[in-house]
Amino acid sequence: MSVQEVLPLGGLATEQAGHFRADHLLVAEMVKPGSRVLDVGCGEGDLLQLLETRGIDGRGIELSREGVNRCVAKGLAVVQGDADTDLVNYPDDAFDYVILSQTLQATRQPKVVLENLLRIGHRAIVSFPNFGFWKMRLQLLIGGHMPRTENLPATWYDTANIHFCTIKDFVELCDAIHVKMERAEALDLYGRPLRLRLPWWVWNMFGEQGVFLLSRGQGK
Amino acid sequence: MVGVKAIPSPAISADDRSHEVDHPSSEVAHFGADQPLRLDCGVDLTPFQIAYQTYGELNAARSNAVLICHALTGDQHVANVHPVTGKSGWWETLVGPGRPLDPQHYFIICANVIGGCMGSTGPASINPATGKVWGLDFPVITIPDMVRAQAMLIDRLGIDTLFAVVGGSMGGMQVLQWTAAYPKRVFSALAIACATRHSAQNIAFHELGRQAVMADPDWRNGGYADHGIHPHRGLAVARMAAHITYLSDAALHRKFGRRMQDRELPTFSFDADFQVESYLRYQGSSFVERFDANSYLYLTRAMDYFDIAADHGGALAKAFAGIQTRFCVVSFTSDWLFPTSESRALVHALNASSARVSFAEIETDRGHDAFLLDVPEFFDISRAFLQSAGKARGLTGKDG
Repeated sequence: MSVQEVLPLGGLATEQAGHFRADHLLVAEMVKPGSRVLDVGCGEGDLLQLLETRGIDGRGIELSREGVNRCVAKGLAVVQGDADTDLVNYPDDAFDYVILSQTLQATRQPKVVLENLLRIGHRAIVSFPNFGFWKMRLQLLIGGHMPRTENLPATWYDTANIHFCTIKDFVELCDAIHVKMERAEALDLYGRPLRLRLPWWVWNMFGEQGVFLLSRGQGK
Repeated sequence: MVGVKAIPSPAISADDRSHEVDHPSSEVAHFGADQPLRLDCGVDLTPFQIAYQTYGELNAARSNAVLICHALTGDQHVANVHPVTGKSGWWETLVGPGRPLDPQHYFIICANVIGGCMGSTGPASINPATGKVWGLDFPVITIPDMVRAQAMLIDRLGIDTLFAVVGGSMGGMQVLQWTAAYPKRVFSALAIACATRHSAQNIAFHELGRQAVMADPDWRNGGYADHGIHPHRGLAVARMAAHITYLSDAALHRKFGRRMQDRELPTFSFDADFQVESYLRYQGSSFVERFDANSYLYLTRAMDYFDIAADHGGALAKAFAGIQTRFCVVSFTSDWLFPTSESRALVHALNASSARVSFAEIETDRGHDAFLLDVPEFFDISRAFLQSAGKARGLTGKDG
């Protein structure tokens, strides 16, 4: 598998038909076939298309009209909307899974969004860039400036990502709002799952992004 | 004395108007005593007729039929020269060769609504029981009545399932009513700039229009036809008020600003000094040439009564429970008559019913009327939706 085929983020290398992003393949593998899925921030619908090939009934929410257009052209059912303002309008238990892929850090109220995901869906799959990744730490420590990477190239003053967190931060949020982590994966720079079976606090250093399968915990 | 120029009388005679009412320049489906139209008000309308236009050919599988539902003051002349005004069809931006609805791929039908005045039975038609124009004796009709009549036409044309039902504004209300009343007969639904119910503000504007018509002494309690006259002043005022609601502050400003009409300075009179006044007067006077005043009362009333949720025990989601139809809902940012919030309410209800729905809000300053204008982003999503639905329906052809 060439690097080009698995480049994970930033809309890179997604035009190649038949090649799905590695992080999408991981997410798709977490979803049971035949279930109902809402993909929040579905972009151009690549993940939804992958899910539909697996017999999953998928729906999407996307902020940009261009993204909605491309999804509609692919025959996907996608609604123009905003994770921060529109999730409240979805009824409880409407979906088996709600997916939030690379979007949590761009929401105004990540905690409220996360709570809504697990209200609407029985399970949530959340992926986000890990700000605790060693390259990020190094840039801040040595370079003395806000980290920028291939996958997150925006400067601090024009980034849409207003709520960065580390894997550790995210785990603490899940604990605080009684969300149960059913599965946790860390992905490398190319979106491939780290093969080593390591505890998540190691991934906090070496995972470029985290992917979590969540469900409602006790006390909720 | 202050100069006043009244709205000019229409150039067209009342006889020309009534000719299209009874003998339209369209195909006509007649429904006799054996097929009454059961109206929501409890009356059986019989006999009645529906005037309609078609474009393209029905395929052998009868799977490519598209029904277009027209708006309040529209008619069946979607993509042909209008027999009264001589203008081109009102939706040639969407319907025609190379357009999202290409007659080469689809069999496109548009029928004048019941209560209209372009050949389908309405208050301007002759009441066969009296031999005189119906006028206010015509029963009050609703959006579901219009759709029921359309379903009878579709039956008559030998079509079981429509590939798509498409419409904006009052046409969009009919699209939604089609899906609520006949979910299995609608494969895909494109509902544009509409709502599942008429808001208080919209009812208020309609009431203003109706009162303008009724305040015209020529209205004669709706019996003007018997006197060979037409309340064109009142109807023109109604149209002027309504027309403002179809635009936006920004569009009016861009189009007219405070510019003067054929003059440099104010005339210190109530003449149409401003371009926007002149434009509105033109809109009013050209409208009355082609539209019947009582028909305007009946159709605005039908929109006012529209409330899908109320017809389903107050829960909108119930109206669409278990529906298999593919929906595409489109709204426009500057539409304050049917604002995006109304479309979102519809989309939430469709989501709650697990319906397959897409939704896009199109950025434009052109107000409610944007759906009739050349707005490329709107055509893009319409085309994308119809093409993907066509693929799912097994229609061949690159645009089908």
